[in-house]
Amino acid sequence: MASFIVRRFLISILVLLAATFIVYVLVANAGDPRSSLYESTDPGKAVKIAAMTRNLSLDVPVIPRYFAWLGGALGCFVGNCDLGNTATGAPVIGGLTVAIGSTLRLVVFALVIAVVLGVAVGMVTALRQYSGLDYSVTFLAFLFFSLPVFWIAVLMKQFLAIKFNSWLQDPSIPPWVIVVSAVVAGLLAAGIVGGDRRQRLLSAAIGAAVVAVIMIGLSVTDWFAAPGIGPVLMIIMSALTALASTALISGLRSRLVLLSTGITALVGVISYFALDSLLADPSLTLLLGLLVLALVIGAAIGAGVGGLWRSQAIRASMLTAFGCSLLVFTSHLLDAVPAYSAKVNGVVIATIGATTPNFQGDFWETTLDQLGHLILPTVAIVLISIASYTRYTRSSMLEVMNADYIRTARAKGLTERTVVVRHGFRNAMIPITTIVALDIGGLIGGAIITETVFGWSGMGKYFNDALKIPDANAVMGFFLVTGIAIVLANMCADIAYGFLDPRIRLS
Amino acid sequence: MSSTDSKPVDEPVPASEPVSSPVPPTPPRKPDATGTAAQGMAIVARTQGQLVRRRFFRHKAAMISLTLLILVILLAFTSIGIAGIPGWWIYDYTTPGVVVNRGAPTLSLLPTFLGGEGFHIGLHPFGQDDLGRDYFALTMRGAQISIMIAFVVGIVSTVIGVAIGAISGYYGRWVEGTLMRFTDVMITIPVLVIAAVLGQRFGGSGPLVLAIVLGCVLWTSLARLVRGEFLSLREKEFVEAARALGAKPRRIIFKHILPNTVGVITVAATLAIATAILLETSLSYLGFGVRAPDTSLGLLVSTYQNAFATRPWLFWWPGLFIIIIALSINFIGDGLRDAFDPRQNRVRA
Repeated sequence: MASFIVRRFLISILVLLAATFIVYVLVANAGDPRSSLYESTDPGKAVKIAAMTRNLSLDVPVIPRYFAWLGGALGCFVGNCDLGNTATGAPVIGGLTVAIGSTLRLVVFALVIAVVLGVAVGMVTALRQYSGLDYSVTFLAFLFFSLPVFWIAVLMKQFLAIKFNSWLQDPSIPPWVIVVSAVVAGLLAAGIVGGDRRQRLLSAAIGAAVVAVIMIGLSVTDWFAAPGIGPVLMIIMSALTALASTALISGLRSRLVLLSTGITALVGVISYFALDSLLADPSLTLLLGLLVLALVIGAAIGAGVGGLWRSQAIRASMLTAFGCSLLVFTSHLLDAVPAYSAKVNGVVIATIGATTPNFQGDFWETTLDQLGHLILPTVAIVLISIASYTRYTRSSMLEVMNADYIRTARAKGLTERTVVVRHGFRNAMIPITTIVALDIGGLIGGAIITETVFGWSGMGKYFNDALKIPDANAVMGFFLVTGIAIVLANMCADIAYGFLDPRIRLS
Repeated sequence: MSSTDSKPVDEPVPASEPVSSPVPPTPPRKPDATGTAAQGMAIVARTQGQLVRRRFFRHKAAMISLTLLILVILLAFTSIGIAGIPGWWIYDYTTPGVVVNRGAPTLSLLPTFLGGEGFHIGLHPFGQDDLGRDYFALTMRGAQISIMIAFVVGIVSTVIGVAIGAISGYYGRWVEGTLMRFTDVMITIPVLVIAAVLGQRFGGSGPLVLAIVLGCVLWTSLARLVRGEFLSLREKEFVEAARALGAKPRRIIFKHILPNTVGVITVAATLAIATAILLETSLSYLGFGVRAPDTSLGLLVSTYQNAFATRPWLFWWPGLFIIIIALSINFIGDGLRDAFDPRQNRVRA
């Protein structure tokens, strides 16, 4: 195993070196960064051209220039980093670090949502193969595959942001929207639950009714004008969180687990009231500390109450604690919406940039500001990447559910839940893990188009701007980070595969 | 579980015919008169190609997509003509005209009894741009360029990918080592990055050059696929037999192994075309692809994206055509995959 990793690592380094060489030579030959200066009418342009030539060593032939750059870049491993200067004379490192931070903020969030949603949808479609739901999801997946991001992004700016913001000024839901949503929810519920005709009709009716009631309630109480989770909703939703975590981890039949998640949810509701003043304007460290505390308390409750179901109770209670913390966070966030909305003149969902320029506010308002800017690019990235996760999960799950050990598990008389989650899902996730690892590597490079459309100054936009010049040092800085991320991700994927599936021999 | 149980539609395939027969295919055995034929079941022997074609033509989504794609291609190439041959549409995509009614589209599809204006095409069905150019002609020109680029990219990348995959898979050893390390190097560079870098350099030299250059970028996954197929096929008995009969490597590769990988190659090539459509439109959108005065669907969206609030049709049409083309090619690829690989998964509930 160790020898495999070492050998794999050495090969990766050589591959990366060769790739940097190719990219450097290509970018250096893509155009002359001085071309805009040649055409300018500035009387001092000769001085500027000479300065840029010296700064970028444009008088040196391409191949020696590459090795000079490589020498500087290799210095990064001994703490003496020099990635050269950009065309404007600033060091590459500075701009690059800012861009990496901003890209990470965007893609991590989007990747998590896309993976969770994609895997869930893929699993449901695999379990309901060749149903109406399966065909609709397949069609949507193909549609998302074929969508040009830059096109759908403009539509989203118009309909999800501009129209939504103006709707928020007078937030009443028109009846036809309620009817359509209810019908869609009913069809979805029937498709997901499945079963015979009676059961499908019942789930359709329940799904439609729940959505209709919620939407009418939201509309009548003008919830969107001053959104928030009141005490009553808080209690109901905490209880639902406890039920859902129990159902997911162990099934509702195990009473001890249910008891433990119930107690956790109760503690969560009590702390919601107790911590109210503390959370008026918290710091990020305080919030993270509280989250860790909540998880510890959840684990402790699970360990204390769980009895024979201890390990499952611990997991379920921690999940409940996480859910309740999220609820408390959301509640405080929503309470800040009216004040925030007034400060930014009703532009709650922004269409461009990462923050409102010169925005001043307390913790919750600045968080809202960042989230409001995150929504559109996140939705765009999720839309284009969810399709592949859905398809991969579906086919992987189908393959596993056809395996003999699933038949054995059924023959043993295990419940369907155990068969699907413990025997099927876990094994189906092995290939997905490697795909996610590879995607993380790719996404560090930023979603080039998404970032350009939404004016998000991350890695993608950095690359785009640098290539327009074309500025070899800046492009190489971008590629070095991306290439290292991809190579590392590839290696992690290989190694993870070997660990997760012992049938694969790494040698 | 044998592959025949899992087929959703049971075709009258004689059990004696292997599902994936090595090439040259074993001649199907004649049903003997006393056996199944005597029981009143007419059994027709089909070759592998006939089976695949049958399954493909039965794939509804693929057939609808194929029809749609052919219609779009016909529309794009006959309407404004190509390479000096005039088309049936009265306007061309370069001549500015008088802007009528702010350039709003005159196309109306809603019949009068539904409250519409009745079915008529009008002078400018897709509207006009700010210079008064006919937007239908512009969109058709964009579609022509995008389709042309996609197909050239598909062909170039398939040829390169098959060549590299076949050579490294058949010869093995240092040849394989070198070619596959080179493939690894190319995979390390994200497609959009290297395509953009090449597009910056070659985008100004015309769409055809751009297409060939892009084809030199997209071959990596196909090379890996073909190599994998070759690795397993070269160990098969029929290859050994050919070698024992004294066949040269070139003959073994082209006559014995390559025909067995046609399925994988066809599917991958189709999906490469779909990828190429989106890659070209993205590059043109970013400004690294097709340049003015020529146009492509991506460039049209890019040029008119800020006009969305005032003249949305300038934005709708090119995007719609990108989606129709990419979606139908994706569905055709899916249909081909199902046709070539009948061992579809089906959960035994």
